[in-house]
Amino acid sequence: MPRTVPLRELAHGRTGDKGNRSNISVIARRRADWETLVAQVTVEAVARSLAHRRPSRVTRHLLPALAAMNFVIDDVLDGGVNDALNLDAHGKSLAFLVLDLPIRLTDTP
Amino acid sequence: MAKQSLLVGCGAGFSGDRVDAPGPVVRTLAARGGPACLMLETLAERTLALAQLRRLESLEAGYEPLLARLLAPVLGTCLERGIRVVTNAGAANPAAAARRVRELARELGLRPPRIAVVSGDDVSGPAHAPFLAAAFGGERRPVSANAYLGAEAIAKAWDAGADVIVTGRVADPSLAVGPAMAHHGWSETDWDRLGRATMAGHLLECGAQVSGGYFADPGFKDVPGLAEVGFPVARIDAQGACVVGKADATGGCVTEATVKEQLLYEVHDPAAYLTPDVTADITEARVTAAGPDLVALEGVRGHERPRNLKVSAFFEGGWFAEGEISYAGPGAEARARLAADILAKRLPHLRLRADLIGVTSLFGDDAGRLLAATPAGDARDVRLRVAAAHADLEGARRLGEEVTALYTCGPAGGGGVRTAMRPRLTTASCYLPREAVPARFDWAD
Repeated sequence: MPRTVPLRELAHGRTGDKGNRSNISVIARRRADWETLVAQVTVEAVARSLAHRRPSRVTRHLLPALAAMNFVIDDVLDGGVNDALNLDAHGKSLAFLVLDLPIRLTDTP
Repeated sequence: MAKQSLLVGCGAGFSGDRVDAPGPVVRTLAARGGPACLMLETLAERTLALAQLRRLESLEAGYEPLLARLLAPVLGTCLERGIRVVTNAGAANPAAAARRVRELARELGLRPPRIAVVSGDDVSGPAHAPFLAAAFGGERRPVSANAYLGAEAIAKAWDAGADVIVTGRVADPSLAVGPAMAHHGWSETDWDRLGRATMAGHLLECGAQVSGGYFADPGFKDVPGLAEVGFPVARIDAQGACVVGKADATGGCVTEATVKEQLLYEVHDPAAYLTPDVTADITEARVTAAGPDLVALEGVRGHERPRNLKVSAFFEGGWFAEGEISYAGPGAEARARLAADILAKRLPHLRLRADLIGVTSLFGDDAGRLLAATPAGDARDVRLRVAAAHADLEGARRLGEEVTALYTCGPAGGGGVRTAMRPRLTTASCYLPREAVPARFDWAD
């Protein structure tokens, strides 16, 4: 029976911002989970989790040597730190929105 | 023969960082011995525009307000042990910051430091006005416009024997690249070494963010002694490769995980991390534990630097206003939602953002789509927060008045009203040819 866990159990990450662009790293806790992350933490999955913020583009960069990926998300910060009305105008909390993505585990641990 | 490695410790990662952080860093640099510098990074994107506004009020203002408090506990050891200080705390007024450092040395009874002031970043004057008008339109005059300078002027000041190097806007990693470049004698086109030192500087530039700060997630990522988190110290070798650790006898941790998070922080394309010095490439970077609280960064490469320098300009942007009120107990969420409806009706001239803190807030968007899609629930401790921007003071002030009026005119049981207003700065960026922005250093007068 496949089990579903939040991404946070398999990965950690941090948000950065420059202007109206956010970047969110997703870093495997264990190298063994890297392929699972590549298969499921996709551009589409991240775009869906941020859909209400209307990103104009989501790009995924893979860094296999670090077992990490870097998402670059354009026009997602309501103008960025100087323009947004959000309490968190930097969007620093957004990594934890992505870390809540459900991940299906097929193998028994 | 390759020179001894350079130790770079970071004692501040933003304007407002802990003033007790540099002490353990400098003690560690002194204990290790050998060539070393203390880097203090205190300049975020908007910090400089705020500093420029302060400078307009006073000729001796406009630099990092915490400068003296950051330096006072360590300047004596730095001067005695030859630990050079490199900082962008000059912000909008590096010359005044240098005068403050000189005065501080006098107050502390220290020898007068040789202080270099790096300038050239401020492009808000008449010389660059045509460039800015072409980029932003002629009718808007910026509050501040600064180019991101690179490492070269810092390296020259280092070579000339500066004890303290004060800059305005430089790319954050350049604060480490300049000393490494000068110390190891690299040329300005030694792309691989500059790329490696740039990523070392990038790991250091946010202070504790690489050594356990901004990392803890209890039960998932635990960090020991976070209340006394140590700031980072990196050893940069003649090839530019670095091993990052942290100040002795402090909390926090440096692990492969903390280093990876900081390595990717504010990076876009990992093949092209652009700074004025180099195009750094971390696509094949590796991080490896090299001892307790020690992590090596290897495999970074560098490519030719960008031809143009980035300029950030800030413009007056009217006013920002926000207000909050809390509701608790049965029906709290319904009462907070009713209060939000009332404010929307009372303030039709504002594009109001509403957050229900305790239900949905940070993840939401200014247009309110996430909040609208969140079904009304039964949260029992909710803080309503509203925010808006408006071109004039009076228009913005209405928000605070209406939130305050909810005490007697709004739903039952509202408490804890807070309101705030501040001038807003908006930003825009453009690029200038490198030749149009000559950087230089001068000895402080």
